Amino acid sequence: MKKSRRSFLKAAGVSAVAIGAAPAIKAVAVASGGAATNASAAVKSRKTEALSAHRWGMVIDTSKITEEVAEAVVEACRKAHNIPDFNHEPDQEKYPDTRPVDHKQEIKWIWEEHYQHAFPEMEDEFLAEKFRQLPFLVTCNHCKNAPCVQACPTKATFKREDGIVLMDFHRCIGCRFCMAACPFGSRSFNFRDPRPFISEFNPDFPTRSKGVVEKCNLCAERLAKGLQPACVEASEGAIVVGDLEDPESEVRALLNENYAIRRKQELGTEPSVYYVM
Amino acid sequence: MLEIAIKGSKKYWIWLGALLTVMAVAFAVYIDQFVNGLMITGMSRDVSWGFYIANFTFLVGVAAGGVMVVIPYYLHDYERFHRITILGEFLAVASLIMCLMFIVADLGQPTRMLNVLLYPTPNSMLFWDMCVLNGYLFLNIVIGWKVLEAERNQIQPPTWTKPLIYLSIPFAIGIHTVTAYLYCGLPGRGFWLTAILAPRFLASAFAAGPSFLILLCYIVRKTTKFDPGWEAIQTLSKIVCYALIANVFFFFCEVFVVFYSKIPGHMAHIKYLFFGLHGHGALVPWMWTSMILMFMGIGLLVVPKFRSNETLLPFTCILIFIGTWIDKSLGMISGGFVPNPLHHVTEYAPTFKEVVISLGVLATGLLILTVLFKLATTVKEEVRG
Repeated sequence: MKKSRRSFLKAAGVSAVAIGAAPAIKAVAVASGGAATNASAAVKSRKTEALSAHRWGMVIDTSKITEEVAEAVVEACRKAHNIPDFNHEPDQEKYPDTRPVDHKQEIKWIWEEHYQHAFPEMEDEFLAEKFRQLPFLVTCNHCKNAPCVQACPTKATFKREDGIVLMDFHRCIGCRFCMAACPFGSRSFNFRDPRPFISEFNPDFPTRSKGVVEKCNLCAERLAKGLQPACVEASEGAIVVGDLEDPESEVRALLNENYAIRRKQELGTEPSVYYVM
Repeated sequence: MLEIAIKGSKKYWIWLGALLTVMAVAFAVYIDQFVNGLMITGMSRDVSWGFYIANFTFLVGVAAGGVMVVIPYYLHDYERFHRITILGEFLAVASLIMCLMFIVADLGQPTRMLNVLLYPTPNSMLFWDMCVLNGYLFLNIVIGWKVLEAERNQIQPPTWTKPLIYLSIPFAIGIHTVTAYLYCGLPGRGFWLTAILAPRFLASAFAAGPSFLILLCYIVRKTTKFDPGWEAIQTLSKIVCYALIANVFFFFCEVFVVFYSKIPGHMAHIKYLFFGLHGHGALVPWMWTSMILMFMGIGLLVVPKFRSNETLLPFTCILIFIGTWIDKSLGMISGGFVPNPLHHVTEYAPTFKEVVISLGVLATGLLILTVLFKLATTVKEEVRG
């Protein structure tokens, strides 16, 4: 069952590329030079335009994340994945009688935090004020030993061979055990139908129904088409993704040249997201 | 045997009618939740489990508490528990059904719940919890029914029930151990990440379960001609006493480890519960109430004069039941989620609708309990009569 679903996903990705994505990729590559160089950092498989890796990882250069960049990244992710915005006024005709929102029940895939919340165990009373105010982008760490994968009772959350922790929104029963298990608070639950709060539908990615959990998928659907993740494209070079296990990759080059930390490293979940300080 | 349940006094029917009314109202509210999602609850991104899972956890304890009459009677031939063993088993049945209903009420996609069976995942503790809960439920239904039927026909229960009875003992310990494992194996949730959690769950279960059973014995004695026996009640109250002391002792072990080691991620939760954190302290009065109630319970049970006071004992049991409920339901679940892994404080309080749905589950459990107890007591009256 597991095997067949995964091979189906793979096949679906391949055929999507074969059918119509290839010209689009070229267009994007031409349009954004920066993204294209990043793309070359990751291994491209021979037969398709899909980007692949032995273990996907992300390096965030904290010095390049300004308030504007952070906002652009969050917004790009929201648009790419049809993430509801609870500040969005629902269309009265399409969604009459929408009940008021509870902002505590919002959905977040990647968002801004301050240092003391991104790294709560490293709180330091003498930390310079300028670091306290810096925006840190936090998201799913696609942990090597992911507690959420271990906790899920239906394998709706699973780990792909390339290290990406993915979710099957149609299998999730909404028990939220994964949310309790995640030590990074990276998961969100659809307490309500998210569709009234999506301002601009992206037809390339499914919307979710109420009652399922969701989180960052490292833009697996874009990688399959040879595209860089939406956050990388919007980050003006501050976020790089690539193969952690390839010593020649751009992410490894960044880790070689800079001091980088991971969130809650002491828990042993082996996060794949690094922060260059 | 089931025909006994449809022959009852006027009071019996009024009681069942009242429970059915609560169930009907709660079901209507549940339809709202089913259609609109868990948005109707007070749960949030940060506190992703609430009142349902809290009550589930507590009731697993009440169900496991039934074993405190099974062990003395079946393993130690303690004859005085002969009359109430069936009550303990039927209490377990009703509690387990409530547990399963609370789990289903908590699911975001209840129609997909069979995915747990379709894609069995042994590395998930929820999978094992489902196995032991259903297993223990099945065992108690079969054992309770067969033993009662045999009593009615005044014959020995079939021999094959014996191994099932012995099997039900590790299952009782198992349901609460695995339920504790749901929480205590999660990295980054400092409040739950402690090996004492499963023993503490069991200790509070063996206090809450039998103290509820004592209350039920009082009710049975008042409403039927069947007398569970004062000595059985006294033995139960001693069990409650020991278990309650163990629960409080385990809690203090935890408090010592946390506050002597001073690891912030572990201290924050207990600070939040008992003193408040960053100006948030909704649970502070509750937690202190719980502590006071449990200490009062210990005092009233340790001293023989109070323990053997027939008028006082039910009140003592009510104190203990409420105290352990706050400790394990309200505190244990919210306490684990506040502060969240990023050390933000988001508080939780159940909504009115959430409470009504929970009351509906409780009413269903009480309905089942009433019918089962009606069967048990009527059979015992018949036999003695």
